Amino acid sequence: MQTVPERRPPANANIAEEPATTEATPTGSDKLQVVPKSRVGARENVLPDRIFKGVVVLCGVTIFSIVGLIVFELLRESRPSMVKFGFQFLVKQVWDPVAEDFGALPFIYGTIVSSLVGLCIAVPLSVGTALFLTELCPRWLRGTLSLLVELLSAIPSVIYGLWGIFVLSPFLRVYVEPFLGKYFGWTGLFTGPKYGWGMLAAGVILAIMILPIIASITREVITAVPRVQREAALALGATKWEMLRMAVLRNARPGIFGAIILGLGRALGETMAVTMVIGNRAEIVKSLFAPGHTLASVIANEFSEAVGTVYLSALVEMALALFVVTLIVNALAGLLVWSITRGMPARALA
Amino acid sequence: MPNSSQNISFYRRFSSNLALGLITFAALIVTVPLFLILGTVIYRGASGLNWAFFTQIPKPVGEIGGGMANAIGGSVMMLGMASLIGVPLGIGAGVYLAEYGRNKWGNMVRFTADVLNGVPSIVIGLTAYALVVVVQKHFSMLAGSVALGIMMVPTISRTTEEVLLLVPQSIREAALGLGIPRWRTILSVVLRTASAGIVTSIMLAFARIAGETAPLIFTAFGNQYWNTNINQPTAALPLQIFAYSVMPYDQAHQQAWTGALVLISMIMFTVIVFRFIASRGTIKGAS
Repeated sequence: MQTVPERRPPANANIAEEPATTEATPTGSDKLQVVPKSRVGARENVLPDRIFKGVVVLCGVTIFSIVGLIVFELLRESRPSMVKFGFQFLVKQVWDPVAEDFGALPFIYGTIVSSLVGLCIAVPLSVGTALFLTELCPRWLRGTLSLLVELLSAIPSVIYGLWGIFVLSPFLRVYVEPFLGKYFGWTGLFTGPKYGWGMLAAGVILAIMILPIIASITREVITAVPRVQREAALALGATKWEMLRMAVLRNARPGIFGAIILGLGRALGETMAVTMVIGNRAEIVKSLFAPGHTLASVIANEFSEAVGTVYLSALVEMALALFVVTLIVNALAGLLVWSITRGMPARALA
Repeated sequence: MPNSSQNISFYRRFSSNLALGLITFAALIVTVPLFLILGTVIYRGASGLNWAFFTQIPKPVGEIGGGMANAIGGSVMMLGMASLIGVPLGIGAGVYLAEYGRNKWGNMVRFTADVLNGVPSIVIGLTAYALVVVVQKHFSMLAGSVALGIMMVPTISRTTEEVLLLVPQSIREAALGLGIPRWRTILSVVLRTASAGIVTSIMLAFARIAGETAPLIFTAFGNQYWNTNINQPTAALPLQIFAYSVMPYDQAHQQAWTGALVLISMIMFTVIVFRFIASRGTIKGAS
């Protein structure tokens, strides 16, 4: 009991509203000494505060340890494969569960190509949508249109996949692929048998899935461009498009780039929809009509059936590669977006 | 040579109108997939919607009828358990970030939460597999819930932080000035003022995980029968949709579409309620 008054000042020093409590301390010890109740009350002020702070700090630390656990478990589980294949794992094309010989190159290739196809389709559309929403859209339409774009991101991946299998693939096979094969077959990207599913279908699905995130962040970045810039451009006699191009897009460029990279991060890790339409074949083929495989889709497909330590750890090593790549991509994107919107108040991206 | 300045002005006007037209066109195109997907799901799903779908478990492959009662139940149980894990952790971390985290430690936690937010769901599933399934030696509802719960944390914590920062400092000062201890101020004044915003953050996270399939494949695994034991493999609506959609039977496809309709209705309902609360909640009233 005697140590309590002595311990109080350092305990309070940790807490931000130090002046308020230190002011209360002398009055408590001078005047109200006769009333024991106030002393008990004063002590209660400190301990619950410390407990409360401890609990919330623990919650923060938990986030930290979750990410730590992810890294730790991935490293631990992928060890056998790392030991056996070393760096070769990332550049080998073999995928032979029977001989236990694995290489990740076809999956890395599939992940990158399907994401790039997705980006090629999604970027012009989402930047256009963001420009329309911020600069051209009549006020009455704005809320509805942004709600529609947001709802697109609320559709679960598995439903995109279902739609991809039964609606998008037949459509691509009957209408789009013959057209592309006929007029753009010379590029070598659109040749071979037309299944409907494959790299192209995966790219289209990915494009639809990453549209909302790119659009909403681009919109935020465009909104952050100062009004004065637009007015200056218009005052110099620019047409509306010239104003958008020179004043808005140029200023927002790093942020838009960040939004695109954030979309790329989503596309790289997207699993279900891609697994359902990409065709799941571990080959490297130039044509986008051909089936492929991605890092995420091979894990989803084979992990629960994989037998043998090396097979399992090869799959985990691919998850590790995916984790590292998305980490880098997201950090880069965050930095770019932040460089544009840092002056703005913090807001939910939803 | 005709008047060249007029030509340039025509060209400029033309290109401006063309670009604006393309921008409008892009915005129109973007809404098309939404209507196509929702339309197909409603059109093809509604025909399989009947009482049996909500009350029966799946029939053996090839037989007509049956439902997804066990999958719906499994999803509800797992989402409930995931919320028990994710909501307190997320809110706690959000309180830490907003009230105590204005320093370098807070920035580190903030950065880590953003990292966790960007981790692909399949990697989180793999981690839950290593943490729970490997230890228990079999797939389980618990493992699925852990994976989904982890996915809720970053969304809830970052959104909670943002709504807590919207609570005016004067309200905190008023409460502290009345002699209320800091923890009581945070719990009864700050959190209560921001409660609508926190509810919306929970719903946002909920909508995000409700449709997740990838992290469940090798954690909850799926089940053809009812399961209420948290240590056993469990069916989930998204898993069941996935399983049915890759089967070569029309009957299975029908069930997949109906499942998709039920799942999407659940999520859309949550999202629209979320927007409704967010647009007229106490977040606005507080400031």
